Amino acid sequence: MCTTCGCGTDEVKIEGGHAGHGHGHEHVHADGTRHSHEHLHGHGHENGHGHPHDPADGHTHAADEDPTHSHAPGVSSARRVQIEQDILAKNNAYAHENRQLLAGQGIFALNLVSGPGSGKTTLLCKTITMLAGVPVAVIEGDQQTSQDAERIRATGAPAVQINTGKGCHLDAHMVGHAMRRLALKDDSLLMIENVGNLVCPAAFDLGEAHKVVILSVTEGEDKPIKYPDMFRAASVLLLNKIDLLPHLDFDVDAALAYARRVNPQIRVIQLSAARGEGMGEWLQFLRDGMASAAAARLATVDGLKKRIAQLEAQLAGTPAQG
Amino acid sequence: MHEMSLAEGVLQLIEDAARQQGFARVSTVWLEIGQLSGVEPEAMAFCFDAVTRGSLAQGARLEIITLPGTGWCMACAQTVPMKEVFGECPVCGGHHLQVTGGTEMRVKELEVT
Repeated sequence: MCTTCGCGTDEVKIEGGHAGHGHGHEHVHADGTRHSHEHLHGHGHENGHGHPHDPADGHTHAADEDPTHSHAPGVSSARRVQIEQDILAKNNAYAHENRQLLAGQGIFALNLVSGPGSGKTTLLCKTITMLAGVPVAVIEGDQQTSQDAERIRATGAPAVQINTGKGCHLDAHMVGHAMRRLALKDDSLLMIENVGNLVCPAAFDLGEAHKVVILSVTEGEDKPIKYPDMFRAASVLLLNKIDLLPHLDFDVDAALAYARRVNPQIRVIQLSAARGEGMGEWLQFLRDGMASAAAARLATVDGLKKRIAQLEAQLAGTPAQG
Repeated sequence: MHEMSLAEGVLQLIEDAARQQGFARVSTVWLEIGQLSGVEPEAMAFCFDAVTRGSLAQGARLEIITLPGTGWCMACAQTVPMKEVFGECPVCGGHHLQVTGGTEMRVKELEVT
């Protein structure tokens, strides 16, 4: 669950299967009672069933019964426990798992983020069409409906829709499930279209190579400083719908200056997904990213093969060859 | 930013620790929150109370340790304090700053029984 917006993950649905297993969830009844459930079906993420001792769960400890079973009579059982863990540790662990899976297959993965209506889905459809022949898969995140995934599938690319229900961002756990459902090809491109929201997705690593933030010129040019976390988390800014500039008061220089103030390193590509202007630079960025990911996989594979050859040579009792 | 899901993350870490280290109640939780993390301490405290209701951390005291924002100014070639992620360098007024500290969101310590 995320939010200032009061949203929850209770209703997460991933097309073609169930998403709600393997993690805890919590719901609140109309009367205010709150239940916590752990659903751990053992698919490798964690094990063990938690059972917090809580007065609200229907049983209490007798006054003389020390619930922590201290072995030192007379010594208070109150103690300090060092945690020193990032609050997003769980999500980050899933993201790490996704990143390893992607690296192992040489897949270049992008997390596309923006406010609603910036033209993400149109950009994706156009990109897939223009990259004809390149293997692309798409994970679509929306609160409701599978309309976006259907639009993607109409281009011929495989797509899986994640409906986050009340949730306002994708998290690494949902994306990991969707990735497995897509049967991704080696050395391919994976585009993850996040829920239209310039706030919450900033904090959630999905395992992608880059966050790509899309800002359209029909929005305010000050969005980068109104939503600085997102523009700081992204490494690429696509300024979309530039074909409409003649009809608008949008100040491109001001918008880019704001973006660079928040994130001096951000790479900017100006384009119009609808008219095709600037798409060449974007496609080149994708091809370069895919080439690097594929090269990294080969380097790893070659490196491992060399190591295996060395170890085999050692086992055979001959000196290893560098 | 999204304090409710962060508060749930805190509770998850506490519940995991309770399982591993065998404690039943949490009386105090210390968080380290960086000034540039986008987390509102007041919203965090509110959400923490809501999320921990009915849990082993119900009624626990939440202590938020604020860590200062710092950045590396490219022009001055030194570490300077930052108040916002897009802040100006207090020395030269420039914007070429790389955040180096203050984005932390950590559960530091618990007092448990």
